[in-house]
Amino acid sequence: MNEFFSILKPELLITAIIFILLFVKITKTMKTSALLLLIQGLLLLNFVGGFFFNTEGNLFGDMYFSNHLLMMQKSILNLAVFLISLLFANCLRHHEHLPEYFILMLSALLGMFFMISSQNMLMFYLSLELATIPVAAMANFDLEKKASSEAAMKMILSSAFSSGILLFGISMLYGATGTISFNEIPFALDGSVLNILILVFIFTAFAFKLSIVPFHLWTADVYEGAPMATSAFLSVVSKGSVAFIFITMLYKVFQPMSETWYNMLIILSIATMVIGNLFAMRQQNIKRFLAFSSIAQVGFIMVAISSGSAKGISSVVYFVLIYVFSNLAAFGVASVIATQSGKERIDAYKGLYKTNPFLSWVLALALFSLAGIPPTAGFFGKLFLISAGAFKANYGYIAFVALNMIVSLYYYLVIVRAMFMDRNEQPIEKIHLHPANKIGLIICAGGIVCIGLISWIFDHIQSLVG
Amino acid sequence: MMEPGLYHILFISAGLFFIGVYGFLTRRNLITMLMSIELILNSVNLNFIAFNKYLWPGKLDGLFFTIFIIAIAAAEAAVAIAIIINLYRTHRSIDVEDAEQLKY
Repeated sequence: MNEFFSILKPELLITAIIFILLFVKITKTMKTSALLLLIQGLLLLNFVGGFFFNTEGNLFGDMYFSNHLLMMQKSILNLAVFLISLLFANCLRHHEHLPEYFILMLSALLGMFFMISSQNMLMFYLSLELATIPVAAMANFDLEKKASSEAAMKMILSSAFSSGILLFGISMLYGATGTISFNEIPFALDGSVLNILILVFIFTAFAFKLSIVPFHLWTADVYEGAPMATSAFLSVVSKGSVAFIFITMLYKVFQPMSETWYNMLIILSIATMVIGNLFAMRQQNIKRFLAFSSIAQVGFIMVAISSGSAKGISSVVYFVLIYVFSNLAAFGVASVIATQSGKERIDAYKGLYKTNPFLSWVLALALFSLAGIPPTAGFFGKLFLISAGAFKANYGYIAFVALNMIVSLYYYLVIVRAMFMDRNEQPIEKIHLHPANKIGLIICAGGIVCIGLISWIFDHIQSLVG
Repeated sequence: MMEPGLYHILFISAGLFFIGVYGFLTRRNLITMLMSIELILNSVNLNFIAFNKYLWPGKLDGLFFTIFIIAIAAAEAAVAIAIIINLYRTHRSIDVEDAEQLKY
């Protein structure tokens, strides 16, 4: 019994927080600003609690599985949600439905935890739905805005359609193998045409969730229309967790077909990087820009996944950790500016350094890290991703990936130039930061600077992968 | 009179699946698109039941999967319809062509 609690600890903690928030909502005893403080405190406790009393083991008749690597991945996701509660304090503080927003967000997080721990197609499907349906409701949270409801509509329809495709793939997999357990499927796969069709169906569903290129069309619209905190949650937490389970699915379940999915990954990652980069260049809205930049980043993650080795797993986990800090910092600054001045266009960022030096420096650091410029952590993340990809000795492909990194420098630096160099008669006036925002931005900036230089973090992740 | 076998059921379910996909891609009314998704999910249910009955009768994995799919489909439809109602409040229409603010 004791073991049950320690294995299932991350999920139980999240559930407890959800119930506390429900109770607070029903009794209506707290003001919103105090409530936000309570939520931040609970999420911090939850993040810290993730490091104690961790046990490995199986639960629910081998449907659920946990080890130290998964605990690490869950801690990364916990950290991201905690940072979201800090960074978006200024726009969430006055929202009358604040507890509901966090209940939805934590339900989605709970689904993601079960998803990355699942050992069974049924568990995987249920938790995937738990991880996506609340996010669609979160996208609709600016109830009066036209763009918000349109974004939510696109999100729910495309995710329902993609889960339909996933289910058709799983049903054929069940027909072909007679089992839905991750441990038994690989022994029953034989590489026949039916198995390739199954792989294509399941891969397509993952591509929808990860916004890999032919299936990326919902991404930019949803990011633009949804509230900023939802976009940040989608681009960091949702994407990170789907990348983790994608690795399990390919490395473990479809291990006998590694040749097939290797070729699929290569072709789609090239398309993802090229289209993501090209479309990011022509964006005028900062949210759409960040959406396409996150599509391009997924292309780089796929490079590491294609290696099919332990190095691939550790470099993806490390990259997601860095991506949490850099992308959340970028979204955080954009959200502060959008809430205070209502401006989302990149032109409005001209001359930001004159009036808001702190925000400009944080955004510049985040963009440097996303682009992969050396002293920041993003460089090390990209370095490990690409060196994991080079495992298969296809150097032409790796050279193409590196070229794409150079192309991506252009559009990240355009924003930095706009902030620091371009003149503007009416720059955004001085913005007063809420203390929570300031703490969040400082944590993000510290993470971007330090994580790459503290080498034992990567060693630790590598030792967990084994 | 021929007994219906596995192939007949698979033929029907594949047909339902592609009718659903076609409907999702061509229909412009949001409720009809939602109905197309339900068609896809029901084709999957048929698949699971048929495989369970004809190929793997010993285990109940397929039946349980079907029960869960029905439950999840209801939850998904509830959230989707709530979103569509809100879309109707803001846009005064449930035609996807009218939701055109976010582009490019």
